[in-house]
Amino acid sequence: MKDNNVDLDSSSGDDESQIIDRETEGLSQRQIIIKRFIKHKAAMASVITLISIILIVFTATGIRIGFGSFSFRLPGWWPYSISDIDPEGAVASMCNGGVTGCPTLDLAPSFLDGDGVKFGSHPFGTDAIGTDYFSLVTRGAQQSIMVMVIVSFLGILIGTIVGAIAGFFGGIVDSILMRLTDMFLVTPTIVVGAVIGFKFGNLGIVPLALMLGFFAWMGLARFVRTEFLTLREREFVDAARVAGASDRRIIFKHILPNAVGIIVVVGTLLMSGAILAETSLSYLGFGVRAPDVSLGLLISQYQGSFGISPWLFWWPGALIVSIALCVNFIGDGLRDAFDPRQRRHISNKERKLAKEMNRVKA
Amino acid sequence: MMFVIVFGASFLAYNLQAFSSNPLSVFGESTEINKDFLKTKMIRDLQLDVPPPIRYFSWLRGIVAGLWGDFDMGVTRGNIPVTEVLAQAIPVTIKLVITATFLAIIFGISVGMITAIRQYSRFDYVMTFASFLLFSLPIFWVAVLLKEFMAIQFNDFLVDPKIPPLTIVTTSLILGFIMAGFAGGTRKQFLSVLAGGAVIAGSLLTFMSATNWFINPALGIFGVTLLSLCGAAIAIQLISGLDSNKGRIAGFATAIAVAILYYPLQSLMTETASILNVLAVFAITISAGVGIGYLVSSIDRRVYIRVGIFTALISTVPIIVDRFMSEFSEYMNSDAVGGRPIPTLGQANDLLTPEQLGNFWINGLDTVVHLVLPTLALTLISFAGYVRFSRGSLLEVLNMDYIRTARAKGLSERTVIVRHGMRNAMLPLTTILVNDFAGLLGGAIITEGVFAWKGMGQLFNDALRGYDMNLFMGVFVLSAILTVTANFVADLLYGVVDPRIRIRN
Repeated sequence: MKDNNVDLDSSSGDDESQIIDRETEGLSQRQIIIKRFIKHKAAMASVITLISIILIVFTATGIRIGFGSFSFRLPGWWPYSISDIDPEGAVASMCNGGVTGCPTLDLAPSFLDGDGVKFGSHPFGTDAIGTDYFSLVTRGAQQSIMVMVIVSFLGILIGTIVGAIAGFFGGIVDSILMRLTDMFLVTPTIVVGAVIGFKFGNLGIVPLALMLGFFAWMGLARFVRTEFLTLREREFVDAARVAGASDRRIIFKHILPNAVGIIVVVGTLLMSGAILAETSLSYLGFGVRAPDVSLGLLISQYQGSFGISPWLFWWPGALIVSIALCVNFIGDGLRDAFDPRQRRHISNKERKLAKEMNRVKA
Repeated sequence: MMFVIVFGASFLAYNLQAFSSNPLSVFGESTEINKDFLKTKMIRDLQLDVPPPIRYFSWLRGIVAGLWGDFDMGVTRGNIPVTEVLAQAIPVTIKLVITATFLAIIFGISVGMITAIRQYSRFDYVMTFASFLLFSLPIFWVAVLLKEFMAIQFNDFLVDPKIPPLTIVTTSLILGFIMAGFAGGTRKQFLSVLAGGAVIAGSLLTFMSATNWFINPALGIFGVTLLSLCGAAIAIQLISGLDSNKGRIAGFATAIAVAILYYPLQSLMTETASILNVLAVFAITISAGVGIGYLVSSIDRRVYIRVGIFTALISTVPIIVDRFMSEFSEYMNSDAVGGRPIPTLGQANDLLTPEQLGNFWINGLDTVVHLVLPTLALTLISFAGYVRFSRGSLLEVLNMDYIRTARAKGLSERTVIVRHGMRNAMLPLTTILVNDFAGLLGGAIITEGVFAWKGMGQLFNDALRGYDMNLFMGVFVLSAILTVTANFVADLLYGVVDPRIRIRN
């Protein structure tokens, strides 16, 4: 740090830069980014929420690994599966004058409603014939999260490669790749998804997600290209070239690490877009088909019963919203962390602390 | 270049669709005696024995024939020309999308810019969270919620339109918070605006509840005047600044003039009125605005005339709305509506009598109530994007050196933000706006499905389910051309609004 002590008692504007300077003193770029991300409260809360949702969802009903007849199931800790029917349990949790299958979950403590906190046998309720809704919803969320991961992985991979090649080599390669990108781009995602889902929807979630991923890379490719266009003109690239580095080495070792910020940020947007796209497709009937479940399919199946058993509609929706919301907040936190120009909000407490420290130093 | 992209994309889409669908699957479980005959007939009709990449060119022939005036998009499976079907669907989609887009743009950009100006304030945090939440909502889920709460429960509420006290209190507090957030300032100012706003909103709601306003809505001369004055204040602040004496006179005088014109203008808005009469109303008030702007000023006339025009535009809206409201109880109590005005499905009420359809205001009201739910759904979803984007854009601009220069040379904060900040922040927004508009035309598939509107999205849905290749390609090519054109227009527009781009090219 330069001799900041000279302008100790300066205006608040200098205070701010001082506070930020002090925070980043002696840290590497990566450490600064991680530190900034951890300071972003909403993003950190979202990371924790998302991880717990993923853990609960994937361990509860168990997962099926492999394809077709070569698959086996890892059992989960939840006693019911999506094909188990428990009519007695549904009748047992009647409410509102004879509506069966009400949620047995009760989070209000005993001093509010007298029943106390309890989960019961069907915390999310059951549908009209007694299928446990918790297992349906967790299975649906598994599918949605799997789509999210596969689509964003493929999208990031293809988008980065196309964008990097177009931006780095420029010229004719760039024009061809960008026209190709435009070609994919004018095809609305939902249209492509519907066509694909119509064919692959009944094969299960993985082929559908793979195909969706092949049509999800265009936005990222454009961003990466722009980033590469500016980065390749920088001095460190010339330096690497003079030192005899190959094109591949320059792309992967020198430019790509500098473009990670934009890739990560657009990647999270891709993730929340993917989860909404999958649920929309399933809702329209082009995605996951019965008897398998997905969050969008659950909403479409039970939207008619909103008046009688609203929980059948609330739970899957709440899960979609919370997953997408978490991903969006994480993306926001990452953008703030990667953007060096970002001015963080300095609270009054920190300002006071900085003044105090300056006084002590002086 | 544009043609190459559309050509490539349509080739891609044609083959995607052709390879992923199997029209013959409808015969899978059929037990009809003439199954084989029907199968052969379908293969011949749809040319299923021709491989899709080659079949594409037989479709393309009809399009290319458009060059010598022989345009042909083929016929649907129901033997109706695709062009005809499209011509019916396009106006429906435009009607659905246009209001939603405008509302989302206006509210999104204004909220986004205010959150940027008041960065890290409570308002900013709340709006940021709200926009993230809206951003994460699936539209079909919102649609079902809106149907339940905005249509079914609102219609139930209209039977006896009394608002419970608790609802009044919470609603007015929320409205107060929004007002205070817009106003900003210190904690004390914030709380006083919040309290004032909440009291005003609360008493207004109590008044509405007590007078059965929701059944017999009206603004009256009083409401129109009040809203005109508010509109004038916004127009003045944006264009000349509230501290400008002549700006104030021009704006408020126009607002009062429009309010005075309230009664005379009623004679123009008769039951046999048409859209021309509405335009005439606007023409009269705007010319009043121009006149006042001209009269009050001697130098810098254009600024004050602009204040007059903008004020007249904003304050004429309440007059028109008031006229629509005066027909509301007749509309609501008609046999076709039966006291439940907000429908959950459809684009128009088929039961209205020809006489009612002839009445411009009742017909308009019918369109409006059918538009309420889908418009709300679309607006809520796209609103969030505009908030985030305009906030980011303005924040970036406000960090620029020329903003510091503008502040340093002593310009008022309003001038700095409106003239130097907002104008530059709007530049990247133009691209987004044009693209979004094109995207929405093809992209309202889910909304149209949920609310049963027969627009482009429904056509696409039908085409996909009915294995209707020509229809599918018709919808697809139209939306592809729109997107490509929008990109092109956006590029041109960007050059027009941003001189730097022109110089660089």
